[in-house]
Amino acid sequence: MIGDGIDDEDKWLAEGIAGIQHNAFYMHRALDSDNLREALKFSAQLLSELRTSRLSPHKYYELYMRAFDELRRLEIFFKEEDRHGCSIPDLYELVQHAGNILPRLYLLCTVGSVYIKSKDAPAKDVLKDLVEMCRAVQHPIRGLFLRSYLAQVSRDKLPDIVSEYEGDADSVMDAVDFVLQNFTEMNKLWVRMQLQGPVRVKEKRDKERNELRDLVGKNLHVLSQIEGVDLDMYKDTVLPRVLEQVVNCKDELAQYYLMDCIIQVFPDEYHLQTLETLLGAYPQLQPTVDIKTVLSQLMDRLSNYAASSPEVLPEFLQVEAFAKFSSAIGKVIEAQADMPIVGAISLYVSLLTFTLRVHPDRIDYVDQVLGECVKKLSGKSKLEDSKATKQVVALLSAPLEKYNDIVTALTLSNYPRVMDHLDSGTNKIMAMVIIKSIMQNNTCISTDDKVEVLFELIKGLIKDLDGTSVDELDEEDFKEEQNSVARLMHMLYNDDPEEMFKIICTVRKHIMTGGPKRLPFTVPPLVFSALKLVRRLHGQEGEVDGEEVPATPKKIFQLLNQTIEALSYVQSPELALRLYLQCAEAANDSDLEPVAYEFFTQAFVLYEEEIADSKAQVTAIHLIIGTLQRMNVFGVENRDTLTHKATGYSARLLKKPDQCRAVYACSHLFWIDDQDGIKDGERVLLCLKRSLRIANAAQQMANVARGSNGPVTLFVEILNKYLYFFEKENTQITSAAIQGLIELIKTEMQSDTTTPDPASDAFFASVLRYIQFQKEKGGPIGEKYNTINV
Amino acid sequence: MVLVLAIGDLHIPHRAPDLPPKFKSMLVPGKIQHIICTGNLCIKEVHDYLKSLCPSLHITRGEYDEDARYPEIKTLTIGQFKLGLCHGHQVVPWGDLDSLAMLQRQLDVDILVSGHTHQFKAYKHEGGVVINPGSATGAYSSITYDVNPSFVLMDIDGLRVVVYVYELIDGEVKVDKIDFKKTATPATHSTH
Repeated sequence: MIGDGIDDEDKWLAEGIAGIQHNAFYMHRALDSDNLREALKFSAQLLSELRTSRLSPHKYYELYMRAFDELRRLEIFFKEEDRHGCSIPDLYELVQHAGNILPRLYLLCTVGSVYIKSKDAPAKDVLKDLVEMCRAVQHPIRGLFLRSYLAQVSRDKLPDIVSEYEGDADSVMDAVDFVLQNFTEMNKLWVRMQLQGPVRVKEKRDKERNELRDLVGKNLHVLSQIEGVDLDMYKDTVLPRVLEQVVNCKDELAQYYLMDCIIQVFPDEYHLQTLETLLGAYPQLQPTVDIKTVLSQLMDRLSNYAASSPEVLPEFLQVEAFAKFSSAIGKVIEAQADMPIVGAISLYVSLLTFTLRVHPDRIDYVDQVLGECVKKLSGKSKLEDSKATKQVVALLSAPLEKYNDIVTALTLSNYPRVMDHLDSGTNKIMAMVIIKSIMQNNTCISTDDKVEVLFELIKGLIKDLDGTSVDELDEEDFKEEQNSVARLMHMLYNDDPEEMFKIICTVRKHIMTGGPKRLPFTVPPLVFSALKLVRRLHGQEGEVDGEEVPATPKKIFQLLNQTIEALSYVQSPELALRLYLQCAEAANDSDLEPVAYEFFTQAFVLYEEEIADSKAQVTAIHLIIGTLQRMNVFGVENRDTLTHKATGYSARLLKKPDQCRAVYACSHLFWIDDQDGIKDGERVLLCLKRSLRIANAAQQMANVARGSNGPVTLFVEILNKYLYFFEKENTQITSAAIQGLIELIKTEMQSDTTTPDPASDAFFASVLRYIQFQKEKGGPIGEKYNTINV
Repeated sequence: MVLVLAIGDLHIPHRAPDLPPKFKSMLVPGKIQHIICTGNLCIKEVHDYLKSLCPSLHITRGEYDEDARYPEIKTLTIGQFKLGLCHGHQVVPWGDLDSLAMLQRQLDVDILVSGHTHQFKAYKHEGGVVINPGSATGAYSSITYDVNPSFVLMDIDGLRVVVYVYELIDGEVKVDKIDFKKTATPATHSTH
């Protein structure tokens, strides 16, 4: 059925077009022969096609355009009086004899256009006459197009302050009156369409109405183009009358469109100065009108205005724009009680954007907007509507983007309160946005209280909020979150050690609530921040003028001890061990022997009790040996205890080669280059001999277990160590011993039971080359090496 | 001409939030043929970032690295040069050049790249060259005070390698270069 309908419309349109073309042909002939009567006759017939009521607006427009083109030719003919011999005033009378009202009025408007141009009568009189006469057509579509035609032909002939049609002093007013009247009548026709036809074709009707809306809106555009309409005339005449029509028509579609039109068409400067009037109209509109969108658009427009022309900012202050908008929004939200929450929030977003553009220095305004939002959200449970959530995120992100310095956003007291209303997922997203903003802008957060506020804001990342559990999280996302928090911690810094210590304490307090899964991520950066502070304190006195200073290395180490301990309980012993060793070294540098010893104790305890994996043990023991080797704060007893432990554990590693390597590494514990006193040649030799024994045992084991000896690599490594200490003048290392070792290696390599191994061959050759190189150096080194034969 | 980036000890996010912006803007994909990394990245994000600069990425394990699968030691050949890579915490005493030289002989490489001390070093000894690219983020080190962010770019061309070290000192990037020439590889005789 619908298909038939459309086909019918196309048919009627085609018929209409054919009718126009047919009559146009004859009209042209009449024009060519300057035959006025004939021209009028055929043009009237042509225009009769526009009397149809069978076409939708879209199709009617096509018909109209063709008629319009033909009328242009007719107008040219009318203008040339000498061709048809009829004076314009007479012509004006003549065309009124046309049979039907619609063609009559089109012709009248056409003549009217020529009449005004001829200046035989004042423009205002002709215009007034025409706009009144058009009343005769009350059919919505036909009337709208007719009046649209009137508007089109009169457009360039309106009396204006710079136009040639200006008459007496009031002529701009006359132009305004004319346009306003045309507008009013057109709006009435347009609204009347809503009442036509049954309710079930509402959708179709709305579509048709929307197709026609620009015809109505055009009038407003014309008004805005009249140069004589200055701010005062706009304020006193134009806006009040337009608003009057808008409010009184009580039509939702019209109101929404026209309010938007007003905002689009007139300059922002005018809106600013008429803000009260404009905003005053909103509550009077139909309750179903989407006021918030219109209001948002107005605010957005004015925001852009402020952004592009900073010099107008004082005007905003002068008209108290913020206060007016704030109160208007309040009223709208109150009036539309069943507005969905997303609507209210998006209004606040627009207001916030406005505030940030226009009054960026008024943090109190920004906070106020957030406060209004909190009020709206309070009393409800956490937001579940995703659109509303998106709006809240936009609301919270706006200050961050505006004030690149997060510190400003941190002073907004309502900011955390808004965040509290987000569901935990979105809360975390917001927290990540905040962190990202800090990282991108390289912001440094330098006071303890700001750090406190910051960690309140990101608490969704720091700990499990009510009802959520870490286990539910996607592992990748979780890691990303925690790594972000870790990175963030490096942005918290203050030169003043006291303040820095406070910051560290605050951060520690927060991260300790994080639970076992989070600590491995958050503890290391805290530890290193603290160690950096310790270093800074080295240059300073512990006590100033007898007063005790809160931040001392000792206190910091105490804090660290407790913090790292927490890690050991959450199954990160390897990490904890590493951190203990870092602290031990730092304590060494701070000359705190008992503290350093305590850290080593903790490290060893972890090694003994928690690190069972053999590979992990190898790494751990080398870290212990490496750290211990650098210690210079220990007295003899403490040192002995620790080195004894280290060597003991080294010898008890699972695999023999690992044992061997760890033990000869321990040899360095007894010989430190840059300190006198710790150069115990004997114990070095003992270590090396012990590692040699282990290497031998490894060879024999390989022989028994696998049928052939292992490679000689270990021996060559030990040889290197012998040479190392030989050069360092350890008298216990004799050239005889070295010689013996060399022979041993050679023998092993030549043995039948040894699998040849090119790598160890090359290694040995390389060492021999080195010995040769040293020999050739001459001097004391050369002399030493000359005692060795290769 | 082969460009090799030697970089390491970033310690992200334990000790540093990110690479210095001036370094980031210099390290652009497509310019480098190989990356050798001493370790201690520490997280996958950093790995992915390095991979985006150059697909030929070689990493050895640092003691804080998240990924436990990186090897302790790696050797590779680039042009005429054999390179060895090791984080360095395994070689005691830390930073001791003689001990590193021993490792170099053991791996039989011309250039040994290792880190851990966070201090740039380029040192030539009888057995070859030892390079420490330092810490690319200037991360805290118990061994070195006042670490300047640094990394190394090696230009390998035939038997010659030019080592460029980039250091961030007081906010400015300073470049230094050192030339090394390799003598023809001596033939290895079997000692049987």
